[in-house]
Amino acid sequence: MLAWTIYISFLGVPVLLLLPKGSVRAARILALLTAVAGFAVTLWGFAQQRTGELVTVARAPWVPSLGVEYHLASDGISLTLLLLTGIVAISGVLFSWNIEHRAKEFFAFYLALIGGVYGVFLSFDLLLLFVFYEIAIIPKYFLIAIWGSTRREHAAMKLALYSFVGSAMVLIGLIAAYVVAGARTMDLVQLAQFPFPIHFQMWAFPLVFVGFGILAGLWPFHTWAPTGHVAAPTAASMLLAGVVMKLGAYGCLRVAMTLFPRGLDAWGFHVFGFGSWRDVFALLALIGIVYGAMVALVQKDFKFVIGYSSISHMGFVLLGLMTLQQIGLDGAVLQMFSHGILAGLLFAVVGRMVYDRTHTRDLSELETMHLSKAIPFAAATFVLGGMASIGLPGFSGFVAELQVLIGTWRSFPLFTVVAGVGIVIGIAYTWRAMQKAFFGSSNHSAPPTVAPLPPISAPERIGAMILVGASVIIGVYPQLLLRVIVPALHSPLFDGLLKGRGK
Amino acid sequence: MTTINYLDLLHLVLPEVIVVIAALCVLSVDLMFLRTSGTGLRGSIGAMLSLAGCATAVAWILHTPQYANVLDGMLVLNLLAQRMQIALLILTMLTILTFIGSTFTQYVSEYLALILLATVSMMFLVSTQNLLLIFLSLELLSLSLYILTAFNKRSVLSAEAALKYFIFGGISAAFLLFGSSLLYGLSNSTNLMRIASSVHGPFLDPLLIVAIVMTVIGLGFKVAAAPFHFWAPDAYQGAPAPSAALIASGSKVAGFFIFYQVMVIGFASAEGSGVWRGYTPGWVPVIAIVAALSMVLGNLVAILQTSVRRLLAYSAIAHAGYMLLGILSHTDQSRGALLYYAVTYALTVLGAFGVVALVEEETGGDTLADFAGLSRRAPVPSFCMLIFLLSLAGIPPFAGFFGKFYLFSSVLTSTPGTLGLLWLVVLAIAMSAVSLYYYLKVLKYIYVTDPPDGIVPIRISVLRQVVLCLIALGVALLGCTPSLLLRWL
Amino acid sequence: MNILPPISCLTIVPLLGAIAVLALGAKNKRLAGGLALTFAFLALAITLVLWHRFNPISGGLQFEEVRAWIPVLGVQYHVGVDGLGLLMLMLSAIVVPMAMAASWHIQERVSLYFALMLMLEAGLFGTFTALNFFHWFLFWELSLIPAFFLIRLWGGSERAAAATQFFLYTMVGSVALLLAFLAIFLCTGKFDFMDLAEMARNGQFLPAFAAISDWHRFTAEKVALVLCFGVFLGFAVKVPLVPFHTWLPAAYAEAPTGTTMLLTGTMSKMGVYGFLRILLPIFCVQLRLVRTPLLWIAVATIVLSAYAALAQRDLKRIFAYSSINHLGYCMLGIFSILKFTGENPSLANEKAATLNGVFLQMFNHGLTAATLFWFVALLEKRSGGLRGLDDFGGLRKVVPVLCGLMGIALFSSLGLPGLNGFVGEFLIFKGTFPLATWPASVSVLGLLLTAIFILTILQRVFSGPLQERWSQMPDLTVGERLALLPAIALMFVLGLYPQLVLGVINSTAMQMVQQLRF
Repeated sequence: MLAWTIYISFLGVPVLLLLPKGSVRAARILALLTAVAGFAVTLWGFAQQRTGELVTVARAPWVPSLGVEYHLASDGISLTLLLLTGIVAISGVLFSWNIEHRAKEFFAFYLALIGGVYGVFLSFDLLLLFVFYEIAIIPKYFLIAIWGSTRREHAAMKLALYSFVGSAMVLIGLIAAYVVAGARTMDLVQLAQFPFPIHFQMWAFPLVFVGFGILAGLWPFHTWAPTGHVAAPTAASMLLAGVVMKLGAYGCLRVAMTLFPRGLDAWGFHVFGFGSWRDVFALLALIGIVYGAMVALVQKDFKFVIGYSSISHMGFVLLGLMTLQQIGLDGAVLQMFSHGILAGLLFAVVGRMVYDRTHTRDLSELETMHLSKAIPFAAATFVLGGMASIGLPGFSGFVAELQVLIGTWRSFPLFTVVAGVGIVIGIAYTWRAMQKAFFGSSNHSAPPTVAPLPPISAPERIGAMILVGASVIIGVYPQLLLRVIVPALHSPLFDGLLKGRGK
Repeated sequence: MTTINYLDLLHLVLPEVIVVIAALCVLSVDLMFLRTSGTGLRGSIGAMLSLAGCATAVAWILHTPQYANVLDGMLVLNLLAQRMQIALLILTMLTILTFIGSTFTQYVSEYLALILLATVSMMFLVSTQNLLLIFLSLELLSLSLYILTAFNKRSVLSAEAALKYFIFGGISAAFLLFGSSLLYGLSNSTNLMRIASSVHGPFLDPLLIVAIVMTVIGLGFKVAAAPFHFWAPDAYQGAPAPSAALIASGSKVAGFFIFYQVMVIGFASAEGSGVWRGYTPGWVPVIAIVAALSMVLGNLVAILQTSVRRLLAYSAIAHAGYMLLGILSHTDQSRGALLYYAVTYALTVLGAFGVVALVEEETGGDTLADFAGLSRRAPVPSFCMLIFLLSLAGIPPFAGFFGKFYLFSSVLTSTPGTLGLLWLVVLAIAMSAVSLYYYLKVLKYIYVTDPPDGIVPIRISVLRQVVLCLIALGVALLGCTPSLLLRWL
Repeated sequence: MNILPPISCLTIVPLLGAIAVLALGAKNKRLAGGLALTFAFLALAITLVLWHRFNPISGGLQFEEVRAWIPVLGVQYHVGVDGLGLLMLMLSAIVVPMAMAASWHIQERVSLYFALMLMLEAGLFGTFTALNFFHWFLFWELSLIPAFFLIRLWGGSERAAAATQFFLYTMVGSVALLLAFLAIFLCTGKFDFMDLAEMARNGQFLPAFAAISDWHRFTAEKVALVLCFGVFLGFAVKVPLVPFHTWLPAAYAEAPTGTTMLLTGTMSKMGVYGFLRILLPIFCVQLRLVRTPLLWIAVATIVLSAYAALAQRDLKRIFAYSSINHLGYCMLGIFSILKFTGENPSLANEKAATLNGVFLQMFNHGLTAATLFWFVALLEKRSGGLRGLDDFGGLRKVVPVLCGLMGIALFSSLGLPGLNGFVGEFLIFKGTFPLATWPASVSVLGLLLTAIFILTILQRVFSGPLQERWSQMPDLTVGERLALLPAIALMFVLGLYPQLVLGVINSTAMQMVQQLRF
């Protein structure tokens, strides 16, 4: 039944394309219905599954001679991310309600992207996962190249090529793993149990991890992300930062860490203080947290602030993954959900609510516009989103970052302190952006210097409330998601990763 | 069996005979009845006759599967050879469908007859294991293709392309012949299997090495592998669209098939090894070098192209590099992978040339600028082109991705116990990543750039749209369910 | 109330009110204000019911609710009130409607203003009842954000800087709190205040830190001390204690008066509450080690703030410093309890008395200070925004009722016997003299200085030559008189019959002292 999320999204594409020319309203409504239908299916699947264990959704032989199957399954982690995709998809469509130029094709590419993403989160056959992963690359290119803003063609190409290079690296690792395991099957569960030789895991793991990490914004391979997110149209940025970056992190967890857990073991020698790939990637994640925050602090372009803050938050996800503690992994998955929602929210405010009206993203220009009076809803939404993104309790980010920090404390105590500094810098750049963009220059209550701006439309309000609501619900009652995530991480799939590690 | 009854022989080669008869029919019908009709009508009738002939041949092959090995390997028919013949016939039919409606020549019947003759030669090429007939078929094929390339008498480029093709082809034929004669000298036979058993020995005869190199040169030219590729860009650019399509599709498939047969069967014990740090002399390292060179050169130079046809030519060189990987892993699985890749690649390129032909007729050129805004002016062909180019780039769920995956995994499984040829696979995947750039560039012009004169829809005949859609559907379907084709190979 | 959980209801009501005000009151200012007041009175009613049902004899927690929440982090939804909590709830429930009434003149974005006030009230209720760090911290922050926006959007001319400073100071304190509690959780696995206090009493608290004390050769004692300082910082900023008080005068002065009433009346009490509920039970051993410096910090707070108030010319700033001063007495009382009195059982009674005094002072000061700021608002309304000490003079002649009532409040703040301000201060000094003689003696200076500036206000504002521009100043309207009446009445009632409150808090105070166990 969960497989219908994929099918519905892909079915929407030809239906949209076959609509008569110029039927923009029909296109929007159709896209919204498709997104809602997909989310409804996900909710149903979520409600059905009481615990987070692995449940097969569809299984059929695909290419028997190679041992490739069409195998879809979901566990707690997949469900969490499916929910995220559904929520962000619906809000994305709502925030794209004003697109007029080639609207049909926009929503067609959008739905294709969503279908691909759903597919990745549900695939349990490695080739199938890779197929869906690659399918997701092309719609991204077109969404940015056709409907984007600043230097869109360059940004789109950069994004596509980086993603493709990352996936090429993953492909090498996957084919190698397939061959070494006897070229009989591509099933994730079976390959996870296969004892790959240690020296093989030692190079396959970093290759696949970095391949997925590129998409997850691992420092220093993150440079496509700020450019890409800024150039993309709002709905695409929401999806890119919100969901697609999580594809990378999911791949890191589901593929790299599950298949090659021994790749994280100690090398036996030390290079510059690193003793294992785990140390290396944990440090890179940490650098990402601090670097992203520091660069966000000095940006002049509002959207770039959010873009770099995404790098910083994804650093938390990757750091959580590298702790190899149950609680750290819980936190990483929850942070994937939380940041997905919040990135979507912040990009929506910056792109759709502010930029579409003021046609500028420059913070110094926005400072003169007294936006808190002109578009108070946007100001309020950004305040809520900003508080959530800082990690204020009551919003989803708090519990996630708390768990990651606890896990980090147990594995890399010093890193916890640095990560804490990163959070503080996070408070600073959010504060600065909020101050400058919305609350203007301080002491005058002078009337706004620009003509009144168009009010915030109903689809925007609904979209914002959906996203804020999701963050608050999970912030207040995170057990809703944790009850499926925690058992999923206890499953035998992660035995090789978590057991026998001592700390 | 070295002697055979002529009637039995006729029975065995009936498909080829049917095609020849079709060719002759086209010529005679046109000569006798259609002297006064317009080119369009003559073209359509001729095309229908050719299609009927090819279809009959296909039906015949499907109806009566044959097994034979006659005349010292001159004619070797088995399931695989027959399936390849069917594939070649289908490709020819699609080429002919692309031709319908073209206006570059008034000698339509001659053109069609030449296509059919080229098809006959390809059919012979896949059903032989004897050096003599190989050479003969190759020559027949090449000659037909030279003339087909030169067919546009109003274009200087066409003549130039044909001349280059001819000169290169002639030289490489000479190399091939020399190599074949050396092999004959070494083994006293022209049958591939007997050659293999004769040259079998602990050390490689230096003369054998020369023979290997010469054969690789000769056949490498045919499949446009670097460094024997210099004819390809000009031929692809200058030849009329259906000819270029045939060169890119059918002749590639046949060429690779025979390349595989010659190297794997003919030089069976002289493989050597191209494994990293495990080099042993033989033809595998030679082909490994050629493959690496093709992949790198083809992809890197394609980035610089502004003409879509030349871009497709350089990409053909790159794809030849990938396909050579299938040869150098010389297992049954890799043969399957190679043929799958070749057939789906041929389909894809055929479709791509169909779209190029369309654009050329509309704008008179094939540069990237001519493609600008195509998605608004001709949405259906643009969508098909999207599928073709993404398949060439290796994006799932299209056939190109699956072909690459199958090929690469068969390369790695060919050296059991080690991942020795990993360096080649890594290179291939890396170059494949590079290729996305230039394919996306074309797609960018089609989808992203606005059309220069506003959105003026292009009128395309229904037949053309149907053909393009069919090919696109085929590519997509073969990618989603590759076992459809794989179980036949 | 047998079916519904009372405390959760109490906390939800203001939140629902905030949503209602935002949704319905957006266009209609009076509706917004009316709705807000309705919900505030509803909360007051629930609090009164709680007060009525409270069992004064038991000193422990009542109306407890425990529910599982996030098992993986050991977080439960645990709320409950004892005498202290109930007192604070009552204070909040009383001050908030007063603050709303004082904010009736706000013109811009009225619905947002009242919604923020209601959210702040929810934060207050939550903070005073939460017993697990997780949601306690949630409500702690929930009260911070609306306060920031109230200052930032509706404040005076220097509001941006004041709001920023307020935010930064409190945020730093909060971060210190969070980090300290995270570390505690890492070592003990608990977030629950009651559990942690239990561990401290049983002597299990300190050994828990032995696990990380190997790291960098810190001893468990040092670690506990550092953590104690972290938590201390969080609350010291809130009270505030010198030298962490520099944010307060600007914030109180620039905030709109209704907000200032909330700030001084309730939010400052959050800090003291934190000391009593969290710091004292869990870290008593560590605090004892630094008792003397703490006492002198309290003294400095008392004396220096009163001295600074003398120098001020803005009425609001005078009262701001006066706030710091009055809470300093609370802190003096709290710190003096730390003295080890195991050998002398009669001193336990002194400690209980001191704690009673601290509780009373918290309540009384909240009430009085809020009322004083309200009067400043009333003066501002009549003077067109002026509130300097030198702006007025001889007002007794034109607005006698205003001056009369304000005088009562001023005397209460001074500590005149018969009014509520006296009882708390008296009990504190009574208890502190035997426990910490020198600090108490020096603190008397604070009393003296307070008397000086309050009398100065009386003299400058009420007496003296009347300025021409105020000769037409209107006196209190009937509405205003009615609104002020409960507060003034309460001042008298509590001054003459403090048993009303003492009856509720006494057992709690005694139990607290007993649990300190030294």
